[in-house]
Amino acid sequence: MAERSKKRSRRKKKKERIPRQPMPVRPAEVRNKDFTEVALGFTPELAQKEAQRCIQCANPECIDGCPVAIRIPEFIQLIVDGEFSAAAQKIKETNTLPAVCGRVCPQEEQCEVVCILGKIDEPVAIGRLERFAADYEREQGDVEIPELPPSTGKKVAVVGSGPAGITVAYELLRKGHAVTVYEALHDLGGVLVYGIPEFRLPKAIVADEIDTIKKMGAEIKLNMLIGKTRTVDELLDEDGFDAVFLGVGAGLPWFLNIPGENLNGVSSANEFLTRINLMKAYREEYITPVKVGKKVAVIGAGNVAMDAARSALRVGDEGTEVSIVYRRSREQMPAREEEIHHAEEEGIIFRLLTNPVRILGDDDGYVNGLECIEMELGEPDDSGRARPIPIEGSEHVLDMDTVIVALGTSPRTFISDTTPDLETSKWGNYIVNEETGATSKPGVFAGGDIVTGSATVILAMGAGRDAAKAIDEYLQG
Amino acid sequence: MHKILSKEKLAPKIYRFTVEAPPIASSRKPGQFVVLREFEEGERLPFTIVDSDPEAGTIDLIIQAAGYSTQRLCALDAGDTILDILGPLGKQTDIENYGTVACVGGGVGTAVIYPIVKAMKEAGNYVITLNGARSEDFVILEEELEEVSDELIVTTDDGSYGIEGFGSTVLQKMLEEGREIDFVVAIGPVLMMRAVAEVTRPFDVGTIASLNALMVDGTGMCGGCRVTVGDEVKFACVDGPEFDAHLVDFEEQVAKLGYYHEEEDECRMHKLPHELEQEKA
Ligand SMILES: Cc1cc2nc3c(=O)[nH]c(=O)nc-3n(C[C@H](O)[C@H](O)[C@H](O)COP(=O)(O)OP(=O)(O)OC[C@H]3O[C@@H](n4cnc5c(N)ncnc54)[C@H](O)[C@@H]3O)c2cc1C
Ligand SMILES: Cc1cc2nc3c(=O)[nH]c(=O)nc-3n(C[C@H](O)[C@H](O)[C@H](O)COP(=O)(O)OP(=O)(O)OC[C@H]3O[C@@H](n4cnc5c(N)ncnc54)[C@H](O)[C@@H]3O)c2cc1C
Ligand code: SF4
Ligand code: SF4
Ligand code: FES
Repeated sequence: MAERSKKRSRRKKKKERIPRQPMPVRPAEVRNKDFTEVALGFTPELAQKEAQRCIQCANPECIDGCPVAIRIPEFIQLIVDGEFSAAAQKIKETNTLPAVCGRVCPQEEQCEVVCILGKIDEPVAIGRLERFAADYEREQGDVEIPELPPSTGKKVAVVGSGPAGITVAYELLRKGHAVTVYEALHDLGGVLVYGIPEFRLPKAIVADEIDTIKKMGAEIKLNMLIGKTRTVDELLDEDGFDAVFLGVGAGLPWFLNIPGENLNGVSSANEFLTRINLMKAYREEYITPVKVGKKVAVIGAGNVAMDAARSALRVGDEGTEVSIVYRRSREQMPAREEEIHHAEEEGIIFRLLTNPVRILGDDDGYVNGLECIEMELGEPDDSGRARPIPIEGSEHVLDMDTVIVALGTSPRTFISDTTPDLETSKWGNYIVNEETGATSKPGVFAGGDIVTGSATVILAMGAGRDAAKAIDEYLQG
Repeated sequence: MHKILSKEKLAPKIYRFTVEAPPIASSRKPGQFVVLREFEEGERLPFTIVDSDPEAGTIDLIIQAAGYSTQRLCALDAGDTILDILGPLGKQTDIENYGTVACVGGGVGTAVIYPIVKAMKEAGNYVITLNGARSEDFVILEEELEEVSDELIVTTDDGSYGIEGFGSTVLQKMLEEGREIDFVVAIGPVLMMRAVAEVTRPFDVGTIASLNALMVDGTGMCGGCRVTVGDEVKFACVDGPEFDAHLVDFEEQVAKLGYYHEEEDECRMHKLPHELEQEKA
């Protein structure tokens, strides 16, 4: 008896001990010279092996960790059963952009951090499985479009085509409302197309996932800057829309406000990444210029800084040296651990506890140095992070010819300037009812970065889902 | 897709296009511009909206062939299309009744200044327009400007037409002779605008310049168009393109415009469509 139970427990233990499956990636010294995707994705075998790790909790906490509440154990079971396309369909019941989220979601802080397995072992690789299912379905070419109910005769204008706007469009189309998407740029996707680089999120995949809303009948109007080309009031009063959703993101880049910031060779990460991603400057046949010198400093340590640094390495000539310059320490870097790790592997230099104070230039107005001061960590500040304090007399000049500033962004004011009854905070973010996304203006809803400040793809999508529900109720009521 | 309805040659390398863009035609104001992208692989480039016809849904652009992209644009004909046009962008000119306004246009800046001259006149100003060009062949919009100005003075650098010299010199003379001028608008090459600013500064005449900063998106998202005005950093596409010329750091602008020169040279190795056709033939 004792023998048998020992045996059984040993066997059980063995099943539990499938290790978390690592993501296959391209070798760092190869990938850091091109824009092809870094992570290769699970094979069906790896995916099934990983999926088997999930113990199908009766009370799956992972679902609460996901801002759009994907039925995680159910889709994972479908992968175990080899029903990969069905798994993708299951995910899409609540997530419009699974191939995107599976790639860029900060899973380790959301669904995976609460996965029960994480308490004894490593959590299930939920994001990687999500990516696998979505990629599988797309590669099979049998992506299913949800069936649409009869038209309600109501029209909604969705302003901005980032994750928030796309989600709202999808959800409202599913309810039978007519949707027109207005986008200021010449391509749909918001930060997904102009910010996050190809090697982390291939643009063809973004386009494919967004295509769904086109197939569902959304009308798309590109190159329309609401607040300039048309105002929100004109959309409501003249163009016949019954409601408007504003998912316009936080696009205005911050600078450091230090001397020398307007020298040639200094740009925002937004400009640098837009030239590369939206304007495809890294591709031979595209003519928008982008350039970096031999020594590039990227200021900041968030995801945006990592993306800029890794892109600079790729567009730079052989031997280009790229540094992250950050005033706090490694533990406090806001970027995802995976991104920091990839950046390190690819050869990005980390200059930590280093704060830029001045950018130096030559007689022709070109950057030729970055003056910094060393920092040490003091008491925690309001954000709970140790406050960096300058060390007196530690000023030194780093030899740099290119500076990319990646400090964050804030809202632009085209819409608030022309919509007097839209309430905003003193930072320009729109003030909304947290549950419904309703703004101070009747019939106008908002969500995503424009409300929260720079956040994440999945939070913008979650806000979009909530707003879509509220808009649907508003249209019926 | 925006169809080009007509094309007219104004001077060597300078063309006027009438293009379909209904929503922009009905919302644009003087001083505003568009950002366009001619073809998928092309750059996004800013151009002033010179005129519009809201009923016909068209806008007029005057484009000077400078580098690769503008040469390509100038090779287009009526019936061809432009892939994307975004606008109207930027702030409109502060049109007021100032009294007497001098509008100094240089080169293709004369095109940019035309809608402002027109609006200043409509606002009741006495408008003196100084239309400067390199030589006779390069003088543009003479008739149109004549119609909307109270006085039109044409200058050419080489004296082949009108008064020999620069608009800024003529303006200086006027001010020295005691002509009452209440407001000045200067649009043209950076060095010309700087010269005008220096002319009006001692006379304390309010002066604005329209900065042709390098732009990418034109929507305040990239910061590539930043300019120093006084002790503030502004985005030309959102806060401008017009700024107080007495406060603009023109040196910085000169340095910035040269930043992508090498890349432009590389770009010139691409063949223009008509060159490709010629090769084929
Ligand atoms: C470089 C970079 C890397 C990032 N990496 C990650 C990551 O790894 N994981 C993650 O979760 N998040 C990441 N983020 C953050 C994430 O991308 C954003 O939080 C998310 O895209 C916000 O979505 P949104 O729909 O609110 O706005 P956005 O994606 O910003 O989209 C807004 C859209 O609205 C358009 N628009 C703006 N104003 C107007 C107007 N007046 N009229 C018409 N259209 C307008 C804009 O052109 C834009 O297309 C990253 C951000 C950047 C910049
Ligand atoms: C708000 C605004 C309004 C404008 N309106 C007009 C207009 O109505 N008609 C017109 O012909 N041009 C106008 N321009 C300038 C026009 O955008 C540039 O000539 C064009 O971008 C150059 O493109 P390119 O690639 O052909 O030339 P490039 O090869 O890039 O440039 C050729 C030369 O022009 C300089 N240059 C490059 N970009 C600019 C720029 N943005 N402004 C000024 N010089 C530049 C370069 O340094 C170089 O010396 C305007 C610019 C701005 C910012
Ligand atoms: S969308 Fe993000 S949070 Fe939700 S399950 Fe997928 S990876 Fe996790
Ligand atoms: S918490 Fe983890 S183990 Fe439990 S159902 Fe979710 S993914 Fe599976
Ligand atoms: S052109 Fe990008 S911010 Fe002005």
